[in-house]
Order: sequence, then structure tokens, then C-alpha cells
Amino acid sequence: MRWKQTDYTGWGRVLRASGPVARPERLSTLTATLAARLAPAFGNRRSYGDACLNNDGAALDMTRMDRIIGFDATTGVVEVEAGITIGALAKVFAPRGWLPSVMPGTGFATVGGCIAQDVHGKNHHNDGSFGQHVLSVTLLNGDKKTVATPDRNKAVFRATMGGIGQTGVIASAKLQLKPIVGDVMMVTERRADGWDEHLALLDGSQATYSVGWIDATATGAALGRGIVEEAELAAGLVPKPKPSKTVPLDAPKFALSSPVVKLFNTAYFRRVPASGRSVVKPIDDFFFPLDKIHDWNRLYGKRGFYQFQNVVPLDAADRLREMVEMIAGSGLASPLAVLKRMGTGRAGHMSFPMEGFTLAVDFPARAEAAELIAMLEDMTVDAGGRLYLAKDALATGPAIKAMYPEHAEWVTAVNKADPDHAMETDMVRRLNLRSAT
Amino acid sequence: MNQTWIILGATSSMARAFARRVADDGATVLLAGRDMDDLKRTAADLVARGAKAEAIAFDARKPAGFGTIVTRAGREEGQINAAVFVGSMPEQSAIDADPSLIDGTVTDSFTGPAQLLQMLAPLMEDRGCGTIVGVGSVAGDRGRIGNYVYGAAKAGFATYLSGLRNRLTRVGGHVVTVKPGFVDTAMTWGIEGMFLVASPDKVAADILKAVEKRRNVIYTPFFWRYIMLIIRHIPEAIFKKMSI
Repeated sequence: MRWKQTDYTGWGRVLRASGPVARPERLSTLTATLAARLAPAFGNRRSYGDACLNNDGAALDMTRMDRIIGFDATTGVVEVEAGITIGALAKVFAPRGWLPSVMPGTGFATVGGCIAQDVHGKNHHNDGSFGQHVLSVTLLNGDKKTVATPDRNKAVFRATMGGIGQTGVIASAKLQLKPIVGDVMMVTERRADGWDEHLALLDGSQATYSVGWIDATATGAALGRGIVEEAELAAGLVPKPKPSKTVPLDAPKFALSSPVVKLFNTAYFRRVPASGRSVVKPIDDFFFPLDKIHDWNRLYGKRGFYQFQNVVPLDAADRLREMVEMIAGSGLASPLAVLKRMGTGRAGHMSFPMEGFTLAVDFPARAEAAELIAMLEDMTVDAGGRLYLAKDALATGPAIKAMYPEHAEWVTAVNKADPDHAMETDMVRRLNLRSAT
Repeated sequence: MNQTWIILGATSSMARAFARRVADDGATVLLAGRDMDDLKRTAADLVARGAKAEAIAFDARKPAGFGTIVTRAGREEGQINAAVFVGSMPEQSAIDADPSLIDGTVTDSFTGPAQLLQMLAPLMEDRGCGTIVGVGSVAGDRGRIGNYVYGAAKAGFATYLSGLRNRLTRVGGHVVTVKPGFVDTAMTWGIEGMFLVASPDKVAADILKAVEKRRNVIYTPFFWRYIMLIIRHIPEAIFKKMSI
């Protein structure tokens, strides 16, 4: 296998890496490559920070390992290579009555990435996290192959779900798909005029899928206003989605300046009538709204952006309100901000989810934003919440370790699975994650 | 009509992308190549997507196995088609050190697949239909210092395809010669000096369009036609001193 010396980044484009990357297309090439040189793997690099980076070290690009290697139409169990995307799985199986049980906010995420971050979707409060629907995972460490399931090699399995790739290269996995009644989404959109109403709508939702868009620039009485979307799968017909567009170049700074964002957010809020509305959408439009604009991360200009995402327990909702107040007051937020009620479901030691409310807000990469995020990080620790490693680029090791009570168990399991520390990435080194203290 | 595609060299990413597309259109796919484990995975992928597919052994250097492939294809009803994605491109410097590598390069890139197509042609004549896609290379358009043995093999293959087109056209068949420029595959991964690199799926889409429109020779992406037009027209007296 040839190694390509290349520069690459995560989705946020702030943190960068440079090093040799191999991109195997077959299992035989993958195993031969790993036997010769152990290296961590990445997929479509949809993690925002440095979870997918290995600066000065080698890395494997898994996106060409993208095949379905088995499917049982009676049980809905599918076995796939790790580089297949969630969007591809949805496209193949939705017309035949099956859907990935959990779908993150982008269809470009690979199955390997979804496992490594134990991602959640808009149905987390009902169906839990991605890893809870993984039946088995095949890991490669050099010439050693490990198959882990919730019952066999249990510790490795738990350390792999949300384990940011530290137990070995995820080569393939068996997933339980969920049966669906149809392949369109019946979506109800409601305005929430302020924080309390927003939380109440999310908390009281009985829908299978629910999520809130939050106007992170609104202050005063409108603080926390937004639009709550609730959705169910249904049978029906919708027009074919329009072709996707690509952001051709890095946008200038003023594109996401405070007045522009405020104006945009007000218009976006008013798009939904005060009485609410129900609409029918294709699956992709509901689950992956931003995928229609390829390379939308370039809207933040060449300096990139940060995404802050935390979750706080239900009883700490007031603390989250304080954070939203700080964010709105800062004038730094972008239009992309999400509020969601999470359930308890999680599959691994380092899985992000906990029961509570999760907030995700994008910020253009500026020093003020980094300072604000540092404060939000402290407030999250105080509130008994945690940060999401899939998004993080700025946190400190002690803070992360304090947020994840099972971290020490994870360290034991990964250091056993990868004794040579060959899977370490920039994130692991930045946060000193492979050490218990 | 039932469509069957024999895909030679089906482990390559271009072939894989092409196989997915013809399978989506409802064709039966016979995936031929050397790495059977890998071919079985691709077959499983196509079957999971709702197509009929199977893996079959093919080694361009072992013509004894060609008959099995032709016979297997003949068992399918309807139109039999073949797409050739095989070829090997050793470094020119490796060939300079060991000229006997020329044999393998020419067999992989030209004479091996040509022998199989020659065995398949009567089946197409019998049925009065069938399309052959032969993937050559822009490298076959002019001999260059960097890879002239591979280029010569692909040039030979292109001339062969031209003759085969002449033959099959008379009975309702068709031959498409495909000349890809730089494609983002395992073959080009990490090689210096690549530019305007196309994705394998883009090339597969272009090939399928050419099959539908019964085009004779296509360059993919299209602009390579103009790049090669210029390169072909550089006078030899100048070209021989260039290193492009």
C-alpha cells in the first residue's frame, strides 16, 4: 500500500494534521497495511475537532471500505464495512422498509465513525445511542483480529462504543436496522417563544423523533426561543429532493457577523407560522438538513469554526439557561444551534449521552469564542454535565476525565487492546486520555 | 431485455462503482478477478442492494480459465455485456531494470482481456446484441518517457477495440473505448503530479452514459479529449525532448 503525504482537518477546520495516509480499498490491503504499520483510522472526518487527526503520525482513510457484506431481510441485521456512510445505508434500505436505528445529523458520517463516537440522533430519548444497536464489531490490531459483541469480549465492546477508535481499527460491524412503515417523514414544527416553553415542548414530546432549533442570538424575553420539530416515519409520496449544492469557496468574515446572524435567525424563526404547521419531507431532508449544501463548513471562512456541545442533567436545566444567556450576550453564535432532550441510552464507557438536555452551538473560530467555550466548559462541569468528544477541540484533560465517571475502566480496556498505544490520535494526546490520571 | 455484465478486474474501485450502477439498473453482474474474497464482498454488496451478482475467478495471465467465464455468462438469457477494467502499470524504472516485466504488463493490459473478448464475440454475434466497454488510458495516446510500456499496451488494446467494434457493429453489438485521465484510485493514490483527478463514480457514470448513447470513444472526464488533442499534435521533433 502506498502512503500519501497529506494535510487534513476535522469538520471544524481549526485543528489540522499532516502525515502519511493510506486508503485501502480491500480487506486484504487493509490487513497487510496494518500488519506492516499500525495506525489509527478515520472515516469522512465529520468529527469537528481532532478526534480524527494524527499529526506527524500515519493514519488510515477508511472511506473506500464501503460495502454491505451481508443482509438478512427477515431480521433486518446488516453487516457492513466500516467506511459505508449512514446516508448510503438509509438510501439502500429505506425503500425496502428498514432504516439505521440511530442516524446522526449528517448522512456523511461513516459507520466506523458512528461507533467510535457512539453517536445519537433525534430519537435518542426513545431508541438510545448508535452503539446500542451494534450487534458485533470487528477490530484489527496489526495482524490480530478481535470480534467483540455485547456478550463476547464485553470490555472491548464497551470500550469501542464511543471509544474514539482506541481499541483498534474498526473494520466492519453488524447492525440491527429498525423496521419502518414508510420512507417519508411527517414533521410538525412549532414555535417556542422562549426558554421555558422550548424546554416544556421538548420535555413533553411524545414523538419518535424530536429536536429544537434554538436562536442563540435572542435575548431578554425571547431568550431560548426556537422551533421544535417532532416527526414520525410514514408511508407516502414526496417530490424528489432537489440536487445538492456546494459551497465553492471560503466565505468572507462578514458572512456570519452578528447582525447578519440576527437577521437570519429572525427570518428563520418566522418561517414557521405562530400556529405551527405540519409538513411531509423526504427522510434525508429531516435527518440531514445540512447535507444538501456540500462543504458548508467553508461558510465559516478559512479559519474554520468550533462547535460547542454539552449535555446537562434534567435538574440542571437552569444552568443551561445561564449558558444560553452568556452565548446570546456574546453575539458570537452562528445560526446553527440545537437543543434536544436526551434519554439515558449509551453503549460505552466514554459515550456522550446522559439523561438531560443537550445544547450544540457553532462559533466562528475567534479568540473570544475560545474564551467563551472555556467558560461554558467550566459551567458544564459544575452542572454535572459533559462535553461531546465528537465536537471538542478546546477542552482540557482533567475536565473531560471529571465528566466521564467510567474513564478509568475505559483506560484499562484500551491499554489492554492497544498496548503499544498505536491508535493514539491528536485528541488522545491533547487530553492525555489514555492515562487514568 | 435481461442484461448481464461480465466485469473483468472487478476489484478496482472504478469497476466497483460501475458494477453498482449497472446492478442498480437491474443487470446481473459477474464479478471477475483474482482476489476472490474481495469479489465475494462486492457480490454480497450488490445482492444486499437487490441485484443478482456472483464472483468468478479471472486472471489475465491464465487463459485456461477464460472458457469457464464465457460459459457461465452464456447461461444467462438476454444480452451479454463485458467491461474490462484490468491492466497493470509497473514503474517504468522497474521495467528498465527488468525488461521481462513487459510481458506481464502487455498481458494484463491488452492480450489477456483481448483473448477473453475474442472468445466472447461469437456469443454476441449469436444473440445479435451486446456491449463491450474497454477501459484504456490516455497514456495510450502517445508514448511518454514515464510509462511507455503501459502506454504501448493500452494503445494496442485501443486498436484491438477499434477492430472489434468494426466486427460487432455488423451484428448489432457495440464497443465503447474509454480513456480515463487521472482517476482517484489505489493505482494513483499518493503519486506525485496528479491533477484534475476524477472520482471513480464520476468515471463510472460517464461510462454508463456512453453505453446508453452508443458512443465509440470517450475521454473521462471530457476535458481530457482536449488535453490529449494538444499532446497528440505536438510535433515529434519537439515531443521527444519534452518530459511530461
